[in-house]
Amino acid sequence: MSDLLELTAARAAAAIERGEVGAEELFAFYRERAQRDAGASGDGLNCFTWVADGPADTPSPGWGKEPGGAAGGPLLGVPLAVKDLFCTKGVPSQSGSRILEGYRPPYTASAVGKLTGAGATLLAKTNQDEFAMGSSTENSAYGPTLNPWDRARVPGGSSGGSAAAVAAGLAPWALGTDTGGSIRQPAALCGIVGLKPTYGSVSRYGMIAFASSLDQAGPLTRDVTDAALMLRHMVGRDGCDATSLQFPHEVELPRGERLDGVRLGVPAELTGEGIEAGVLSAFRAALERAEELGAELHEIALPHAPHGLSAYYVLAPAEASSNLARFDGVRYGARAQDATDLLDMYTRTRHDGFGAEVKRRIMLGTYALSSGYYDAYYGRAQRVRTKIAEDFATAFAAVDLIVTPTAPTVAFKLGEKTGDPLSMYLNDYCTVPMSLAGIPAISIPCGLSEGLPVGLQLAGPAFSESRMLDAAYALETALQFDGSGAYA
Amino acid sequence: MPELEPVIGLEIHVQLATRTKMFCGCGLSFGEPPNTRTCPVCLGLPGSLPVANAQAVHFGLMIGLALGSELAPRSIFHRKNYFYPDLPKGYQISQYDEPLCLGGRLGDVRIHRVHLEEDAAKLTHVGESGRIHGSDESVVDFNRGGTPLAEIVTEPDIRTAEQASEWLKLLRTTLRALGVSDVNMEEGSLRCDANISLRPAGTEELGTKTELKNMNSFRFIERGIKAEVERQRKLIEGGGQVVQETLHFDPNSGAISSLRSKEEAHDYRYFPEPDLLPVAIDERMLAAAREAMTELPADRAERFEREHSLSAESAQLLAFRSELGDYFEASLAAAGDPAPPAQALANWVAGDLVSRLGEGEDPADSNVEPAALATLVAMVSGKQVSVGAGRQVLDKLVAEGGDPAAIVESEGLAAIGGGDELAPIVAAALEANPDAAQRVREGNAKAIGPIIGAVMRETKGRADGGEVTRLVNEQLGI
Repeated sequence: MSDLLELTAARAAAAIERGEVGAEELFAFYRERAQRDAGASGDGLNCFTWVADGPADTPSPGWGKEPGGAAGGPLLGVPLAVKDLFCTKGVPSQSGSRILEGYRPPYTASAVGKLTGAGATLLAKTNQDEFAMGSSTENSAYGPTLNPWDRARVPGGSSGGSAAAVAAGLAPWALGTDTGGSIRQPAALCGIVGLKPTYGSVSRYGMIAFASSLDQAGPLTRDVTDAALMLRHMVGRDGCDATSLQFPHEVELPRGERLDGVRLGVPAELTGEGIEAGVLSAFRAALERAEELGAELHEIALPHAPHGLSAYYVLAPAEASSNLARFDGVRYGARAQDATDLLDMYTRTRHDGFGAEVKRRIMLGTYALSSGYYDAYYGRAQRVRTKIAEDFATAFAAVDLIVTPTAPTVAFKLGEKTGDPLSMYLNDYCTVPMSLAGIPAISIPCGLSEGLPVGLQLAGPAFSESRMLDAAYALETALQFDGSGAYA
Repeated sequence: MPELEPVIGLEIHVQLATRTKMFCGCGLSFGEPPNTRTCPVCLGLPGSLPVANAQAVHFGLMIGLALGSELAPRSIFHRKNYFYPDLPKGYQISQYDEPLCLGGRLGDVRIHRVHLEEDAAKLTHVGESGRIHGSDESVVDFNRGGTPLAEIVTEPDIRTAEQASEWLKLLRTTLRALGVSDVNMEEGSLRCDANISLRPAGTEELGTKTELKNMNSFRFIERGIKAEVERQRKLIEGGGQVVQETLHFDPNSGAISSLRSKEEAHDYRYFPEPDLLPVAIDERMLAAAREAMTELPADRAERFEREHSLSAESAQLLAFRSELGDYFEASLAAAGDPAPPAQALANWVAGDLVSRLGEGEDPADSNVEPAALATLVAMVSGKQVSVGAGRQVLDKLVAEGGDPAAIVESEGLAAIGGGDELAPIVAAALEANPDAAQRVREGNAKAIGPIIGAVMRETKGRADGGEVTRLVNEQLGI
């Protein structure tokens, strides 16, 4: 095994800083690995939709904006894989969809610009479920990504390309997005760390939108320290995103290996029925380690959390049905040829350009917003959302963090759930409530079941990322999960 | 059948004269080459996000204050979803059930609401049809897309086409005074749709309405509304029923055609815009809007009547063209002693002076100093100069400026004084027009015209008409 592959992103940045590793050497190393995966042989994991030819492809920061960060920067030379749906100037940004095939935006997403401004180098764009709709990365127009632990299985989704690339050592770290679990669930299924920050802490400008009130960018990394490091360089108010917020303090790198006095809430609703036995047992074992580290376990109630999925599958498709209206063939992307009139052009462009799951959600969302149905669906789902947020607020009065399994199952087989959308949606059962409440949550690997990784999710109040990362770091250190089995 | 009464409400779209567009940093377009005032946001590129324009909110609050609306402490933007090539996101960001301003009144028409939204892009259809159906191709210019709009909706308080047009002029002059818009109908910065229904006079219940679009001048508004009212009247009187639909008025032919029926109406699927925060109006924003308010035309007209005893007509003439009101007040302020009577000065500003200037020209930009006009009007009112000579002085002032007293002096335009000077000239005129003199003597007052004309010719207009009449009557022994 290569020494370079051993380096986490934080260690690589330090090694480059000390002059022990050359930035170009590191980039060439990962570029070669990524290109091999994306190569014509077809025996790769299909993690990538585009791989850089060289550092020169690094996109310049956003249109009309000053380049972020000084020359050099704390992340200097660390290659970064970026989920396809982030706009990257001059580089294909297709959100896993046929309708954006070949689309190269004229500007770069703020989150990407901040990371490259801090010195990170764009290595590749990663595969994803089309418009981030899915939990298996099987909904990509560019073919499914395979799970590096077992190539017959899915990597989770929608940030499956990012998760698999990091797990397989094809990228030191990757940027993903999470709407209902799209960072945390693939991180869990691939045995890596995935963090969904507090809604608003990272700019959404330049992220091709799925559900605007839920979408949030975050890191997929090999360890908790890398997640903290990437988050530190992503957060901040952005004048281009009206919903973005100033992070109240600098994100601290985690330290401390004890959990003395930390009150962990275990919600009965998300840690029992519907969770696979092997997942539950790895989860319980991790909780025992947490107690050994000094944590207090408290049973808590999130009474409305079981309704989270129902509310989510009204709200997210409703917003998506509107967000995806712009893909009409008029200005960019694919346009159906030989249409007879305007309506025919719209219809055929969208018929040919969107995949089945995207069409399903556009129809669901259009229906939910229709005159006469709005209150019964959208209005009611918003009220459930408020109740769920209130549940969390009540819980956090008694505990510091909430802990659950990240996903109800380990990685499932390719094709196993594609015919049954509802069973696919259940993947988000434990992650959706936090998305609806806008609070941060992290998934860390906590063990194996049937030889496949199991994820543990920690969630905290808004802007409690530093505390959450500290606890995750202590657990990570104690659990000593070894992910090297997935290296390609 | 009882008399049918038209019930008319207006929806006015006003392009706000902000520095940048409603939701992005692009400058507003004034005829630049197509698609040069665009960015990822106003092109609706994937991943772009809107940020609300604070100046547009400020202008919206000023409009609300001017209309006496209730300013919502919290209002929200909604998405109005529909597909059209001039709408790059597939939705328009507008306001729905929580608008910026609620209620209010301007003149005799109540205001329903005022809200903010973004303008669509400009579509051009190439080919004979001139519409999207059957065009060879349609091209889109996104320069206009995203221009801030204030939509002002009235209550159905208007009863005639003339009233609609007059009221719209009052609204235009009010918005112009606020400085929030160019309010130019021909250029599209002021656009008006009308909701029209008929009902038996004296009843309260509203009839079925139609919405008439595309009336892009005051004349077309009158013609369009009249045509639609007549169409509905004939329909109802013929035993038919009005169908709720959106209508298109063709100003060239005067024809009204259906754009879409109620059944074909869009379901806009409004929902709160998740990319924007609610607009929260704080004290600072309110104070800034109040601070920016100027005296409104209607208030100014009332003040002119009250302070200067002007006729209502004169007061409105001056107040509704703010530059005339400004000139009038500047002229009053600069007047020496004796000051001209305000009503006379108002007549000279709105009549003689305006008619000598170019269309829409601001008298402040002319050669006529406000003080000079005040002096001239004072001289005319004091009978030191006749009205006719005064107009000659004004010609001179408009042409090259100067001091009216000096012009009177140098041109020899001083009024021919009392009887001593004028009496022989009147006597000569009577002698030269014996027939007219005879008819006047017989009681035909109108016959005096030729005699006065002769005196004016002789005096080069310097004689006072009233004085001449008095002398004629005296010499004829009437």
